[in-house]
Amino acid sequence: MKTLFAKSTPGRRGVCIAEPACCEADHLPAELLRSHAPKLPELGELDVVRHFTQLSSLNYGVDGNFYPLGSCTMKYNPKFMEQAAALPGFTRLHPLMAQLKGAGHFTQGALEVMYEMENLLCEITGMAAYTMHPMAGAHGELTGAMIIAAYHADKGNRKTKVIVPDSAHGTNPASAHIAGFEIVSIESRDGMVDPAALKEALDDEVAAVMLTCPNTLGLFERHLPEIVEMVHGVDALLYYDGANMNAIMGKMRVGDVGFDVVHWNLHKTLATPHGGGGPGSGPVGVCEKLKPFLPVSRVKKLEDGRFVLDYDHPKSIGYMAPFYGNFGVYLKAYAYVLRLGGEGLTRASENAVLAANYIRKRLEEHIHVPYNRICMHEFVSSAVGEDLNGVRALDLGKALLDKGYHAPTVYFPLIVPECLMIEPTETESKATLDAFVDDLIDILELSKTDPDNVKTAPHTLPVTRLDETRAARQMVLTDDV
Amino acid sequence: MPYVPHTAEETRQMLETVGVSSMDELFADIGPELRPRSFNLPHGKSEMEVMAQIERLAAKNKVDVVSFLGAGFYDHHIPAAVDTLTSRGEFATAYTPYQPEASQGTLQAIFEYQTAISRLLDMECANASVYDGGSAIFEAMMMGVRATRRKRLVISEALSPIYRIMLASYTTNLGLELVTVPHRDGNTDIEALMAAVDDTTAAVVVQNPNFFGHAHDFTALFDHAREVGAKSVISVYPIMQTLLRTPGEMGADVAVAEGQSLGMPLSFGGPYLGIMTCTSKMVRQMPGRIVGRTVDTQGRTGYVLTLQAREQHIRRQKATSNICSNQSLCALRALVYMSLLGPCGMKRVALSSIENAHYAAKRLTAIPGVSLMSDAPFCNEFAIRLPISAYEAVDRMTERGFVPGFPLGRYYEGLENCLLVACTERHTREDVGILAEMLGGLIR
Repeated sequence: MKTLFAKSTPGRRGVCIAEPACCEADHLPAELLRSHAPKLPELGELDVVRHFTQLSSLNYGVDGNFYPLGSCTMKYNPKFMEQAAALPGFTRLHPLMAQLKGAGHFTQGALEVMYEMENLLCEITGMAAYTMHPMAGAHGELTGAMIIAAYHADKGNRKTKVIVPDSAHGTNPASAHIAGFEIVSIESRDGMVDPAALKEALDDEVAAVMLTCPNTLGLFERHLPEIVEMVHGVDALLYYDGANMNAIMGKMRVGDVGFDVVHWNLHKTLATPHGGGGPGSGPVGVCEKLKPFLPVSRVKKLEDGRFVLDYDHPKSIGYMAPFYGNFGVYLKAYAYVLRLGGEGLTRASENAVLAANYIRKRLEEHIHVPYNRICMHEFVSSAVGEDLNGVRALDLGKALLDKGYHAPTVYFPLIVPECLMIEPTETESKATLDAFVDDLIDILELSKTDPDNVKTAPHTLPVTRLDETRAARQMVLTDDV
Repeated sequence: MPYVPHTAEETRQMLETVGVSSMDELFADIGPELRPRSFNLPHGKSEMEVMAQIERLAAKNKVDVVSFLGAGFYDHHIPAAVDTLTSRGEFATAYTPYQPEASQGTLQAIFEYQTAISRLLDMECANASVYDGGSAIFEAMMMGVRATRRKRLVISEALSPIYRIMLASYTTNLGLELVTVPHRDGNTDIEALMAAVDDTTAAVVVQNPNFFGHAHDFTALFDHAREVGAKSVISVYPIMQTLLRTPGEMGADVAVAEGQSLGMPLSFGGPYLGIMTCTSKMVRQMPGRIVGRTVDTQGRTGYVLTLQAREQHIRRQKATSNICSNQSLCALRALVYMSLLGPCGMKRVALSSIENAHYAAKRLTAIPGVSLMSDAPFCNEFAIRLPISAYEAVDRMTERGFVPGFPLGRYYEGLENCLLVACTERHTREDVGILAEMLGGLIR
């Protein structure tokens, strides 16, 4: 499809803006002005509307397609949340208004949302306090790692290392590294963190262990109580990567079992739209002893019921965001939690786990399932076996695109060969799950008889497979080259 | 059963297929000692009840005030089509475009965004955005650190104090030296910056227009930085970029911005848009997602995420940064906004805002005892000195539903009597007249 720039005609006008009463030379000296106007698109409003409507039709989204992406939790996003977040009472609110002495009462509703959301997350996870500031999951990881660093520094501990199991998300080590830590990787055994390997890696220099539980194989860490004890035994902290929270709501609270820090990816578990890559929201919860280190501002409820921002936390790690995080995103998550309530969140986890196990059972005779036991909200399969005729995980994913499904997560976690990680979520009907399984079985059968057909998929989308090597070698990053 | 579609019979069939007799059997791995000590959450409510509760909360905020608050975040008009187009489910409910064949809409939009942003800032490349304008400055600074392998950063005090606090927080554990060069009457002290930038400097960081609204030309500073091997980082206000000398013309290595003014509502602080651009020499140092144009097996044009070898899912702790998302939907809003207004419309928005600010400055400085902090050129925002505390002025005027600006003493010691006043195209001469009358009445 032609770009906006190719469709542009010099002199065409879209939205009408009144002509101003001045020109730039009236107020600014010539040496401060740009020499040429930027070549931005010049289109009529309908041109713009058509362009983006047509572009949208080239996308898969949860609203149109089943997205069984493991580790990503792409559940349905209820529409009323969008309406809630679009209320002018929130969208027109200037963030600095809350910091003005006399205008704090202009923002009481927004501060209440923040306060209530923190409390709800505390109750869901059993943590002592939350910050809503982190603007994405990985930003939450960084915030958590910085809180850990501040805690140890305050105690006078010399801690330089963070342990990250090999099945963790790639952002875990990157985030801990940017918080100033060296990373120690440990290998899994039988799909679990190996207590022996952990014990060997744990010494007095370890500041924290970052754990995903259920892990990225979809399995619950059966050694969890032992791990908690070992980590705390060397005065290290235990970090919970909250990307997989969809499996455990109402079944386990990470604070109760001994995790010290946790982050959420609100767009996953609490159903805010992923937006094609953002914006997200990555609140971080901490145990009691880490509260002094949370970012400022904190929201506080006074005895008279008013809410105020509190900056008086001398041990705080400071500002992680200019204001109070991605308010518009967590407002949606807040509405979602109110809608579901405690029983609804528990039901969501139960049905997410049921759906994953249902697909696993239905597929087990058709594709290799390396850890074939009761899984949590996702499971991994492996596209290995001679009868697949060299058809790889990526090919199966591409062939699923032709059938109208987004591909499962492929090649992650790295510890499973030709991995397809499937996560159906609780919001898909049995009919959808059955159709997906049937279609995947068809593709696996086709791999036996006509593997080239699968290897060259997709065939029905706007483009066939794209040359990624060329994109990196002959970089074309704007429409100007 | 909100959003869980199964009938009781379907649930029974699914449990049977799995081979368990109850839901609870699915959670056998979570032993009794690991079960929640409490789970005291409110009961679920109907959509109607929740909406009523959210509406009640929204009504507790007061947004029908006339406000001259800015400080980097501005209340510009957002054309209706921005909301309509970006709320389409195909955009809003899509995942990160890791399967490019099923994501050409998102990918082409990012590519077009990269193009438009590069042209607006007059730089060679842009990424798909980062969290916000502050994290963009941090990432830009770190590009300078990586490119020069130096650890000293020179920052103007006229850079937003909100962002300077963020930079101090982010760099706590990184062993970097942050040198802050004081402002001079609200102006960026270019001479002092030049003196501070030497061959141990990784990057110099400035803002245009700066926090006090003053516009500068940083060409000489950036020339000097280049001579001593330091990188130049500039943060700009995108709306003003249709008029002001560009980062590219000044010779910046990295130019960043808070993109909120390009079609994002103020929304109590987020989500916003961290714009990042750089020269093509620096592109491999740039964090975050980048979209490139390529071809498919039939030679047709298509778009993919590229240069992924810099990213955390491949390089883990060796990655350029830990950023794994972008503000895709916000970047889309910015692109739709720029397309609807075009270069002419955006320039008109900038000029109307400037005209309103200059009119306001004239009216306010006509009040005895009120003066501009500096006579240097400014755009849509300016700082004035009052004969009384700016906190008190703000406090007393807000009581009457009118927010005259931002008291600079909140972030700058010694500027307790100074007020930062911002205008956009949404302000009317009548708004400004009331502001002048109220402030005049207060001071008399």
